[in-house]
Amino acid sequence: MGALQSSPGHPEYIDLSEKTGFSIEQIGVLHKRFKQLSHNEESLRREQFEEIPDLACNPIRAQIIEAFFDKRNYHQNGEGTVNEIGFEEFLVVMSHFRPPSLHITEEQLEKVRREKLRFLFNMHDTDNDGTITLEEYRHVVEELLSRSGALGKETAKSIADAAMLEVASISMGHMEPDEFYEGITFEHFLKLLDGFEIESKMSVRFLNMDTITLCK
Amino acid sequence: MGTYVLSVGTTSRASCMLFALLLCCTGGKSELQETKPSIQSSLEHTGKPVFHVINQPHGYHEEEKSNLPVFTMDYTRIQIPFEFTLWILLGSFAKIGFNIYQKITIWIPESCLLIAIGLIFGAIMHSVKEEAPAVLNSNVFFLYMLPPIILDSGYFMPTRPFFENIGTVLWYSVVGTLWNSVGIGLSLFFICQFEVFGVQDINLQENLLFASIISAVDPVAALNVFHNIGVNEQLYIVIFAEGLFNDAVTVALYNMLVFVANMPIVESTDVFLGIARFFVVGLGGLLFGLLFGFAAAFTSRFTNKVQEIEPLFIFMYSYLAYLVAGLFAMSSITAIIICAITMKYYVEENVSQRSCTTIRHVVKMLATISETLIFFFLGVVTITTEHEWNWAYILFTLLFAFIWRGIGILVLTQIINPFRTIQFSLKDQFGLSYGGLRGAICFALVFTLPDTINRKNLFVTASIAVIIFTVFIQGISIRPILEHIKIRKTNKDMNTINAEIHTRMMEHVVSGIEDLCGQWSHYYWKDKFKKFNDRILRRILLRDNRAESSIVSLYKKLELQNAIELLDMSMGDISAAPSIVSLHDEKMEASRSKKRFLAADIKKMHDILSKNMYKIRHRTVAYTTKYDIPDQSHAREVLIRRHASIRRSLRSRSLCDQPLHNIPKSQKYLSLQPGVNLESEFNLRRRNSSAGMTHLQASGASPCSSSRSLIPMKKLNTIKEQGNPEEPPAARPHALSSGIKARKAPLPAPRRHSSHRQDENEDNVDEYPAGGEEPWSPPRSWAPETSDPRDNEAGDPLLRHPTQGSQGSGRY
Repeated sequence: MGALQSSPGHPEYIDLSEKTGFSIEQIGVLHKRFKQLSHNEESLRREQFEEIPDLACNPIRAQIIEAFFDKRNYHQNGEGTVNEIGFEEFLVVMSHFRPPSLHITEEQLEKVRREKLRFLFNMHDTDNDGTITLEEYRHVVEELLSRSGALGKETAKSIADAAMLEVASISMGHMEPDEFYEGITFEHFLKLLDGFEIESKMSVRFLNMDTITLCK
Repeated sequence: MGTYVLSVGTTSRASCMLFALLLCCTGGKSELQETKPSIQSSLEHTGKPVFHVINQPHGYHEEEKSNLPVFTMDYTRIQIPFEFTLWILLGSFAKIGFNIYQKITIWIPESCLLIAIGLIFGAIMHSVKEEAPAVLNSNVFFLYMLPPIILDSGYFMPTRPFFENIGTVLWYSVVGTLWNSVGIGLSLFFICQFEVFGVQDINLQENLLFASIISAVDPVAALNVFHNIGVNEQLYIVIFAEGLFNDAVTVALYNMLVFVANMPIVESTDVFLGIARFFVVGLGGLLFGLLFGFAAAFTSRFTNKVQEIEPLFIFMYSYLAYLVAGLFAMSSITAIIICAITMKYYVEENVSQRSCTTIRHVVKMLATISETLIFFFLGVVTITTEHEWNWAYILFTLLFAFIWRGIGILVLTQIINPFRTIQFSLKDQFGLSYGGLRGAICFALVFTLPDTINRKNLFVTASIAVIIFTVFIQGISIRPILEHIKIRKTNKDMNTINAEIHTRMMEHVVSGIEDLCGQWSHYYWKDKFKKFNDRILRRILLRDNRAESSIVSLYKKLELQNAIELLDMSMGDISAAPSIVSLHDEKMEASRSKKRFLAADIKKMHDILSKNMYKIRHRTVAYTTKYDIPDQSHAREVLIRRHASIRRSLRSRSLCDQPLHNIPKSQKYLSLQPGVNLESEFNLRRRNSSAGMTHLQASGASPCSSSRSLIPMKKLNTIKEQGNPEEPPAARPHALSSGIKARKAPLPAPRRHSSHRQDENEDNVDEYPAGGEEPWSPPRSWAPETSDPRDNEAGDPLLRHPTQGSQGSGRY
């Protein structure tokens, strides 16, 4: 968007802007926030994420934080996790949440969808073996329900089971009697959430203006 | 097959009735009088005339003492309610007719058809010199016909998408309506300056008044189309809510302008006062709405002992909100909308399922009646009133209405788009502007204009022209056009647990990311409101205030659906089943089940359930395979889900209770789990005879408790191992095999080898320790354990609703 009005003080922003698709202003805002979170350091660690007060109530805080330290989300075919991230990684992970542009073709939209779903999939697939196993899925549901008070783990478990069986029925179609469903592969995941408007649901409106000062 | 036969039957019946009605309407005979009370009683607002009619015969006899009449007729006395009833009945029959030939309503909106029928009747009445029905006057409209329509929209407003788009909605409805009114009004005023057109006597105020009427968008027809083609959620909700709030703005403007139009001189201070008043009126309405909404929610907390009148509170409070806001000249429409939105969430958690269904139905019914009548009158009035044709004025009205709407959307969208996460594309904008049909409200407003407006007839004519043009031309063409331009669509029917989980997940993720970015937007506020809601509001307003995740509610709902469907089957109404499978319309299904369960003898249900389970299941399965209606994948889905979960729903409560909550259900799971149960029971017997899996017995499962899910879950493998030589004559091979297939995706245990199966079974048992501790009981214990459902509740939050429902059922 605003690539033309490059801010003179930050030539590296242009580079990042091309890489992540954020506008210069958005990068500026995010950089300020990054510095605020990292107390003006060059890198962020998990503890600093956990200090964010607003995030403290989020039931899936752990997953969100972990996503930032997951190399798979850096577009570099990396694996495993890191212990601290720089601004670029921060920005790249954030860029998964950019809303799709208005003027894109069907294929591009499909690509955006795929990328977003991949991010989500990676969030579930904690051990990075290409499938979301029942245990992983249960964990997700448990976390999601963890703020719902009296609902025990038992409930979460049975919901996860039901959901998993639903996946099996949707993705496998006709399975032979001796087959077992091992876990959700990415292909199944795509199929499962086909029609789920991930491109609009997984979008954050990144502001061009600085509102951080208001926030604290 | 069943559908076909059924529909043919109804067609002939309906056409007979229509014919009879036609005779009655034109001839004014009272043959159909006996149909009146039933309909009238549903119309609470018109209740008085009915009593009047009923009470009078006594007095009548005393008067005529001279000669006891053997047969008399006094038509004039019953005329108004009688004709009113006939109108409603006629409209309702028309609706039945449209729905029989569903293809018609796909291509032609229902409002078109209603107007068309109105036109025909108008023509008939005109030819026999009958007067137009005088039912629609300003008071009747604003006090009785408008509130149900608005309440319906407000109550059924999809809350979540609405609040996600509230800014856009308000932007379009407030600014857009003002834009349209002022734009059209000024343009028409400009036209009026030309001598050629002969409308110089219409002054600015009257033009503005007329323009404000004309800008009342009523997208019912467009909404149906949008819904049918599954247009994307943002667009849908914006059109939906815009049409609703737009009414509020229009009526406020209308009231103001009716006043202004009668003022001799308008000074500039009046303009500012008008603007100030506009906001006061809106905010006042909001305030009253909140007040009565919370009052209703709070009241519903205590109504569980008087469930017969539970729904009444909802209607009375919303109507009260409407009236009281009207009393203080605040925006009644805003009040009733806000009241409905506010109370819905809390009330639906407080009241029993049965009351909840009743509320929904009555709301829908009242709204449908009002709207049908208005469209109907529109058709009749078009023919029977005296029109003042001024081609120039009417054509310019049409033109301006179209242009200003288009430009308005275009300009307003450019302004709002940067503030939206998901922006409206040009196609969306086209859908928005083209979906801006005019309808019932517009007609009613213009028809109820005071007679002091000197060109009232011209306004009526012009409004009718605009309505008919938009409803017919735009309403019919919108569907092909939207499909042609390939507007962004969404899959609205993702009623799966996974979709719900991920919706939730995305909300948390997105609000987490927003927190990380340190910015505020609607997820931030939503989060904050949720906390406030959980901490304070729910505690005050709800009887049982445990926060409940929407995942759990959906899960519960699916569970209940299963149970209800199981009971549906047991009622022996299988022959009727095919006809509903195609009806995904929630209200229809709900009404169907309601009817049945209200009439049903619960004791009998218990008997049927406990004794005939096997047979019933068999029948269902056979039926399923014969007509091949339920999709296999759905079947599997439910089978699977049941395996995992039925244990919960059956643990503390009987099956028989659950059907009493008439949760609107989708029929896709129809007849599935009966299959499951059939299989499992069948397996079990075999199991026990072979004394194969001892752990089963250890867990206390009796062979008869076939639908305890524990059993189905473990049994999976035996089927394949043993083959099915002992297949009972009842179970068809196909059905059985489908059951088996369904089962091959059992608990997603990652193991594949049969050598592990024993282990797996044991694992499963371990996983569900609760299962073993349950009071397993023979089938007759399926009678409700209602002795103290509250006890169970604590242990099993999943079943909270069933509990409420069963309490409710106890008194019937």
